Amino acid sequence: MFDIERWQEVFETLSKNKLRTALTCISVASGIFILIVLLGFSSGIQNGVKDQFSSDATNKLSIRTRSTTKGYKGLNPGRNIQLKMEDFIDVSRNYDDYLEYRSGNYSIWGSLINYKNESGNFRVQGVMPDFQFIENADISEGRFLNESDINEAKKVIVVGNKVKTELFKGKSPLGEYVSIYGIQFKVIGVFFDPGGEREESNVYIPVTSAQKAFNGGDRVRDMAFTVPMSGSLNEALELSEDLVAGIEYDLKQKYIIAPDDIAAIRVDNTLEEAKKIYSLVDIIRAVFWFVGIGTIIAGVVGVGNIMIIIVKERTKEIGIRKALGAQPLSIIGMILQESIFVTMFSGLFGLIAGLGLLELVGPTIDNDFIKYPQVDFNTALTTVFILVIAGTFAGFLPAYRAAKIKPIIALRDE
Amino acid sequence: MIQIKDLHKSYKMGSNSLHVLKGINFNVEEGELVSIMGSSGSGKSTLLNILGMLDEADEGSYTLDGVPIKNLNERVAAKYRNKFLGFIFQSFNLINYKSALDNVALPLYYQKMPRKERMDRAFHYLEKVGLAEWSHHLPSELSGGQKQRVAIARALASDPKVLLADEPTGALDSKTSHEVMELIQGINDEGKTILIVTHEPDIAQMTKRIVNLKDGIIIDDHKVEQIRASQYV
Repeated sequence: MFDIERWQEVFETLSKNKLRTALTCISVASGIFILIVLLGFSSGIQNGVKDQFSSDATNKLSIRTRSTTKGYKGLNPGRNIQLKMEDFIDVSRNYDDYLEYRSGNYSIWGSLINYKNESGNFRVQGVMPDFQFIENADISEGRFLNESDINEAKKVIVVGNKVKTELFKGKSPLGEYVSIYGIQFKVIGVFFDPGGEREESNVYIPVTSAQKAFNGGDRVRDMAFTVPMSGSLNEALELSEDLVAGIEYDLKQKYIIAPDDIAAIRVDNTLEEAKKIYSLVDIIRAVFWFVGIGTIIAGVVGVGNIMIIIVKERTKEIGIRKALGAQPLSIIGMILQESIFVTMFSGLFGLIAGLGLLELVGPTIDNDFIKYPQVDFNTALTTVFILVIAGTFAGFLPAYRAAKIKPIIALRDE
Repeated sequence: MIQIKDLHKSYKMGSNSLHVLKGINFNVEEGELVSIMGSSGSGKSTLLNILGMLDEADEGSYTLDGVPIKNLNERVAAKYRNKFLGFIFQSFNLINYKSALDNVALPLYYQKMPRKERMDRAFHYLEKVGLAEWSHHLPSELSGGQKQRVAIARALASDPKVLLADEPTGALDSKTSHEVMELIQGINDEGKTILIVTHEPDIAQMTKRIVNLKDGIIIDDHKVEQIRASQYV
């Protein structure tokens, strides 16, 4: 491998056949180039999908109730099921070990919010302090709700960034008062949300204040939790599914709901959704690898093909070398080295071109589902490894043939 | 130098077997210049191939410089060829993308001689055949006679025991043929054992001994008065 003479031979033969070398290089380089670009985009899709989910915590569970659709134990269908604060407390207590963040909520859907002469329709949610983490909200000014806001049912409000721009025209709203249905709330914070404008047009008030101010009593519209993300995604998913099953069972027992009534209690398990999308991403990734590897194989077969032609063309030369005392191994080494060199060189060229394209085009791509397409170092290393293997494969058969050439046949005068 | 006893060789041609060599016995002493003659199909090339370890006999023994040549695997055959033999071919068989000097140095490369020494030695032999100033030319830039002289230099480079020449003048006009023969005679004068396969009687007359082959057996083997090629040049 490190024999200078051997390298000279390789360069000599390659430069003697420039067109042939160039064509071979192009076939391998394009294979690697395509693989890298495909892999870059598959990671871009992965990033895009991850971003989509980052509007809420990926491990979010939310539970809400509706009317029953099935009669059960003498009760008629169509009965409205209403969660109470005690239900939230029960769930929190019974499953304490399996819950990370928790919040019992009471929301008023669209509500007109006034500030001086400005007004807008926003979604008012009565929530608990943990809700900040369940929603992935980022506080940019002031603070989020805290325990004492809840306990004392303070009339305070945290507004989304969109509310700030619309009602306050970008001025800091901290300490200002807004009114919802005539009730004054003091702005204590502004938040950003990765979910974008839709989520940033929410406003949050303490759940207790919401219940008091808007006739809620001790009713709860929905309960939101997150499960701890310990271990793998699959473990977390399993845990969350067990948790959902347990909570659903308890609530159905308590409110006498048919066990097979799927409409009465709705549980959204973000993790389950995420898992589905991630497995889709995995499939896309696998397909891309498959296509990429296929392209490389096509390139490698091309190299192998050309090496066979080279061996055929050099039959006489190889015969001369053998007659002069070349060992079969040295002939094999010569052919193999040539093929590995060609695949390595052109493959690296394709690799760099592919990475360059991703680097150049990646940042300009503005699409919800593709973000920051890139190839990490390990993947690049893997492709280089594949290249060496491929080069060896491509060269092996021709090299073996070359070693088998009998000098007597090669030297026969035509 | 060479002892051959009862050598047989046949080739399979489909279902038929072609008996090419039917019991060859002959010895060559050190320093001899022998020509092997015969019409085509007489088995002279087969004999040379066996002598050159490019082919193996079916029967009989072959001893080269005291070493029995038998049941060689490819690796050993390659080693012996490199060490014992120098080949000169009718069609020169130079590697066309290597310079004259690199061609001459090739057997030494396979002896794993260091580059500097190898190039010095190759240049020395090119000088010897009178092509020192052509050392960096490719074979395509040389005339037929020059190419054959490069090939002779290459055959000599590894300092072999025996030179085997297969129709060395077959592709050359008579003037160049005589020049090449003069060179071969000169090398023989220095004590090198040389075997030449030829079908040209005038070339055979320039050797010291003529072996005549017909239908796979030696029909005649006699010493001749050597005609010096220099008198034609």
